[in-house]
Amino acid sequence: MPTMQFKIYRYDPDRDERPRMQDISVEIDAADRKLLDVLVKLKAKDDSIGYRRSCREGVCGSDAMNINGKNGLACLTEVKDLKQPVVLRPLPGLPVIRDLIVDMTQFFKQYHSIRPYLINDEPPPERERLQSPEDREELDGLYECILCACCSTSCPSFWWNPDKYVGPAGLLQAYRFLCDTRDQATSERLDDLDDPYRLFRCHSIMNCVDACPKELNPMAAIGKIKAMMLARTV
Amino acid sequence: MNVTKRSYDAVIVGAGGAGLRAALQLAEAGLNIAVLSKVFPTRSHTVAAQGGVAASLGNSDEDHWHWHMYDTVKGSDWLGDQDSIEYMCRMAPEVVYELEHFGMPFTRTEDGRIYQRPFGGHMSNFGEKPVRRACAAADRTGHAMLHTLYQRNVRANTRFFVEWMALDLVRGPEGEVLGVTAIEMETGEVSVFQAKATLFATGGSGRMYYASTNAFINTGDGLGMAARAGLPIQDMEFFQFHPTGVYGAGILITEGVRGEGGILRNKDGERFMERYAPNAKDLASRDVVSRAMATEIKEGRGCGPEKDHLLLDLSHLDPDVIIRRLPGIREISIRFAGADPVREPIPVVPTAHYQMGGIPTLYSGRVVAPKNGDPDAVVPGFYAAGECACASVHGGNRLGCNSLLDLLVFGRSAGDSMIEDIGKMPGALPDLPRDAAEGSLARLDRLESQKDGESVHEVQAAMRRTMQEHCGVFRFPEMLAKGVAEIEAVAERVSRTGIGDHSRVFNTARIEALEVENLIEAAKATMMGAANREESRGAQARADFPERDDTNWLKHSLWYREGNRIDYRPVHLKPLTVETVALKKRVY
Repeated sequence: MPTMQFKIYRYDPDRDERPRMQDISVEIDAADRKLLDVLVKLKAKDDSIGYRRSCREGVCGSDAMNINGKNGLACLTEVKDLKQPVVLRPLPGLPVIRDLIVDMTQFFKQYHSIRPYLINDEPPPERERLQSPEDREELDGLYECILCACCSTSCPSFWWNPDKYVGPAGLLQAYRFLCDTRDQATSERLDDLDDPYRLFRCHSIMNCVDACPKELNPMAAIGKIKAMMLARTV
Repeated sequence: MNVTKRSYDAVIVGAGGAGLRAALQLAEAGLNIAVLSKVFPTRSHTVAAQGGVAASLGNSDEDHWHWHMYDTVKGSDWLGDQDSIEYMCRMAPEVVYELEHFGMPFTRTEDGRIYQRPFGGHMSNFGEKPVRRACAAADRTGHAMLHTLYQRNVRANTRFFVEWMALDLVRGPEGEVLGVTAIEMETGEVSVFQAKATLFATGGSGRMYYASTNAFINTGDGLGMAARAGLPIQDMEFFQFHPTGVYGAGILITEGVRGEGGILRNKDGERFMERYAPNAKDLASRDVVSRAMATEIKEGRGCGPEKDHLLLDLSHLDPDVIIRRLPGIREISIRFAGADPVREPIPVVPTAHYQMGGIPTLYSGRVVAPKNGDPDAVVPGFYAAGECACASVHGGNRLGCNSLLDLLVFGRSAGDSMIEDIGKMPGALPDLPRDAAEGSLARLDRLESQKDGESVHEVQAAMRRTMQEHCGVFRFPEMLAKGVAEIEAVAERVSRTGIGDHSRVFNTARIEALEVENLIEAAKATMMGAANREESRGAQARADFPERDDTNWLKHSLWYREGNRIDYRPVHLKPLTVETVALKKRVY
């Protein structure tokens, strides 16, 4: 069995003065296709390595981490494509709780700040609200977000102003509701984002697009919000 | 250790579809609630559901809840409680419309209604022909639903305790449930959550099997807690195996692949389903196909060096069909099997998918445990919904798309029952017993101080291999007898696990050890139930008792941890308003 070399960021505030990089290796076999498979083996060897994981198929967003310098999901990362030693670090820009586990409070706070729910104060009909297939198609590429934070934590604007800039993930969802024909709060939503920080800290450097493991495009959504903003001023 | 006491009107354990639907009901009613989840809510396993949620909306074909009810009773092989099934199928359109009103991004028909697709076992006019009943958001229905429910809870200001793992039920002197103990993963601190109503929405236990479609987190936590608290677990022998999980990875490949013309082949390239189901062939029902596959493997006709899987062949299909109609499946196959189905077959194996059994409840979500001759005696203060519960709507075999429906209907009904029962309990919360947290603390202490403990990883692997080998798709008497002994040996090892990590901060080794303590209870219940039930019904397929036996076995089995014993409860054959769906042979 081939051996795979790792350098893993380790920090346990209960024991460590400061973070360190751990050199560790593990034998892998053909069944270990994804980085997460190997992480499970590493944890069997050293059970103190901390990381989150759940669905192991790229739909829950738990196992986002910085892999050889790039944010991604361990469960979708091909082992054979990884340069060794594989350097694993927590997502950048968020406080580390322990090892590869970051405190996502600020990330979710920004997500919550865009009011991520349908706003429609009309009494609902007896049956479904109608929406044409074309109108529904507008939501494609938006609603599939898994809130893994790969995008926001690869964005320098979010690193510098995580408390003020909504970030790509939150803005992607802001646009998901702005373009839902069933939502009635367009103007309030735009008012809320019309701010030098909340929306306009995006400088279109595309790190978010590059990082998204679901191949979504937050930057395009941000561009569309800016266009809506512009359209209402003319 | 210092234990913090926290008091709420209601505490909900689990924030998947059922927990979130219940939480919404309570939060919108203005009650003071706590929702505990060991993962951030949108990481819950509901997120992985693909196909749809069943409801007789009739958007594309004529449909009726009564037809849906008939299909569900038949699908359950008559083990389902017909009052619960009627309730679920009648409520289905309402809860689906509600979800749409909450903002669920359903796919639409040309006239703007919710898109519906056909699904296995869902028929019109009492079993006549397939009907489009599965309400879908592309092939990401679970993801869309879980996020929509979470978003609606954000709007309702629901109080979440994220990355808190519940440890044990707290019961009072009369057996009433008074809350739970829980550990905050970030700090390692233990709290007692005291509540007038406690709901378990903790999901399934599919991780007990080696080959499982389930997320890592599906470790039967609610079952473990209920079993340790002396409550019975119902019908666990009925575990659904999906015919086509990706070999090795376990990721689900939908039935739709075979619907598009995919064929299952053995090592000789033979289309073996022709021998097992000459008429329906590869599109026979899930249990039939899974049994055929297990037989092929057992008789040495499996594929690969270990002869332990089969091949799902799509290579004869027009590549355009695969790329346009099965893009998600193609992506999964390339990513997780290293095979592009346009050219190569997908290695598949029947894969543990769904637990039909669970904590027995009424259709109101109230948990029952037989007492003084009453098989439906309610456990005061305790509720369960979703996969961890057994209402029992799925009986011996669940129909596709009825699981998401179950979460919505019984999440909501449990929430309503909790509101009603809390309304009858004005004033202060009852006192907690002095030793409320003692059991949990003792378990944590044992884990900390265990000398030469067994590796959690190895013990769990042994459990999963034992379940896979001895209690799989097809159940053989000698294998079951050995399996009962082996799973008891594994349980013994679970009581001696040790961890190397003793940090207080986000100690995932500790969490995994606690999860295995829960999972082993679910595994014992499953193995014991399978060894005990001497008939074949739904997912329980006994080689030595190949027929359904309604004379002796038309009853729910109840497994108790204490004494590892089994008791029974009658099936509710009487629906709420319509006639009983009469027993007959289940033929598709």
